[in-house]
Amino acid sequence: MKSGSNLEKVLTSGQFAVCGEMGPPQSADGKSIKKKAEYFRGYVDSVNLTDNQTAIVRLSSIASAHLLLDAGVEPVMQMTCRDRNRIAIQSDVLGAYALGIKNILAISGDHQKFGNHPQSKNVYDIDSLQLLQILKNMRDEKKFQNGEEMKVEPRLFIGAAANPFADPFEFRVLRLAKKVKAGADFIQTQGVFDVPRFKRWMEMVRDLGLPEKTFILAGIIPVRSVKALQYMKSEVAGMSVPDELIERMSKAAKPQEEGVKIAVELIQQLREIKGVHGVHIMPVMWEQVIPQLVEQAGLLPRPRFEEEQTTPAKEAPAKG
Amino acid sequence: MIVAERKPLEEILRLIDGAKTVLLTGCGGCVTVHMAGGEKEVEVLASLLRLHYKKEDKPIKILTQTVTRQCEPEYVRELADNVDKAAVVLSMGCGVGVQFIAENFPKAWVVPALNTKFAGATLEAGVWAERCGLCGECILYKTGGICPVIRCSKSLLNGPCGGSQNGKCEVDPEIDCAWQLIHDRMKDLGKLDLLLEIEPPKDWSKARDGGPRKVMREDMRF
Ligand code: SF4
Ligand code: SF4
Repeated sequence: MKSGSNLEKVLTSGQFAVCGEMGPPQSADGKSIKKKAEYFRGYVDSVNLTDNQTAIVRLSSIASAHLLLDAGVEPVMQMTCRDRNRIAIQSDVLGAYALGIKNILAISGDHQKFGNHPQSKNVYDIDSLQLLQILKNMRDEKKFQNGEEMKVEPRLFIGAAANPFADPFEFRVLRLAKKVKAGADFIQTQGVFDVPRFKRWMEMVRDLGLPEKTFILAGIIPVRSVKALQYMKSEVAGMSVPDELIERMSKAAKPQEEGVKIAVELIQQLREIKGVHGVHIMPVMWEQVIPQLVEQAGLLPRPRFEEEQTTPAKEAPAKG
Repeated sequence: MIVAERKPLEEILRLIDGAKTVLLTGCGGCVTVHMAGGEKEVEVLASLLRLHYKKEDKPIKILTQTVTRQCEPEYVRELADNVDKAAVVLSMGCGVGVQFIAENFPKAWVVPALNTKFAGATLEAGVWAERCGLCGECILYKTGGICPVIRCSKSLLNGPCGGSQNGKCEVDPEIDCAWQLIHDRMKDLGKLDLLLEIEPPKDWSKARDGGPRKVMREDMRF
């Protein structure tokens, strides 16, 4: 075990994993995270906490992850390269681990132009690949980016993102291979609506032998309106939404129910694809859907493991 | 070259407000080449200013002088007589020129007439684009002669990010994705394998992040 996280246990035990995702509030309302935790507890193996997603200021992913952990749900803390340099990133990684966070997802981050502070400076001291490498070296070599050693290393389960629908298409898989080489233990993909294209991508992924080296979680975005689908098709960079799906949704008498149905079908189709080790469900502002969605997809009950006695973070002596 | 653009007239008027004599000075370097602050542009701006003050019925004297380059001491010193006469020196050089005039004339009040934008090239008549971020340690040999440091909106060295679509950058459909360009070129040149290497974190201390930089060449010093 690299980290002993619940997600790692589920995946290494060969079971089909289910990840959720939650966007922290745009305020200091920590309680809302604990409230939302109810929709996930017992229904998923871990939940991503986004890091100021779309460059909108939100409660920090570290604090959110910690609050979620307190509420009994395992967090995957997202960490972008947009807002912090290597000093801040490594410091936050140490802090997160000391707070009991064991899964981190390294991503480039949306450009600040999309957010609510487009005038801010864009940092990008390192990119997501370099971040993966840094996280891996911190864990496996006990070394900081500069080569200096640390006493207590963060034992993390390291994740990366992949977008099978972005361009240049052929290079996407090679870049994924690079991410795996850099240290990605697991991969979460962009939301899949275009299954044929995803299948083609997975074929290439298998050709490179990547499913043997990393765990791949296919992205699912449940939608409750045709508007949401149309928005994703036209506005979200790197998203492929087939017209049939839009048509089907626009004809639905009860779009919410249809949305759940579509998501269930997508999960079932993705599950059949060789090399897909789990799903990562991103219910943008629709967390309430998680219990019924997971149940209808036949993914319950979620595996349970014996609690470890102590987490390494708690063993570490406090320094005065 | 260094590419710059003239500030809006209203802003320039604010910068020289109240001065009885203004020295408007152009530069014969980059800003002349891309027609932002050479002799011609100096005359155009001078006429605009004179016209404005005439309408307002305020007397003002605008002296004009364009030097070969505002970034070299011997040329800047040619401005001495006019600087003495002026209450404000309005430079149409890039940010370097403005500072270098100030540096050479400690008592002068020097203000910029241009916004200095980037180090770039002429794409076609009237269009200039950024090409170099002056990072201090050039890596163009790794990326087929296309700079990811400045042309990728996120300076990714192991790009492309997930927002690259149809060859365009997620930030703006008008901007080419640098990593699509790099990928295509490396593929054409049969060097795609170079992109499979993980590029380590960059040493930004060689860039401005390490503090203001200076180049010294012993062989050029007396
Ligand atoms: S790598 Fe650095 S020096 Fe070379 S073009 Fe890019 S910014 Fe300029
Ligand atoms: S779309 Fe291309 S140029 Fe834009 S940030 Fe991503 S990799 Fe860089």
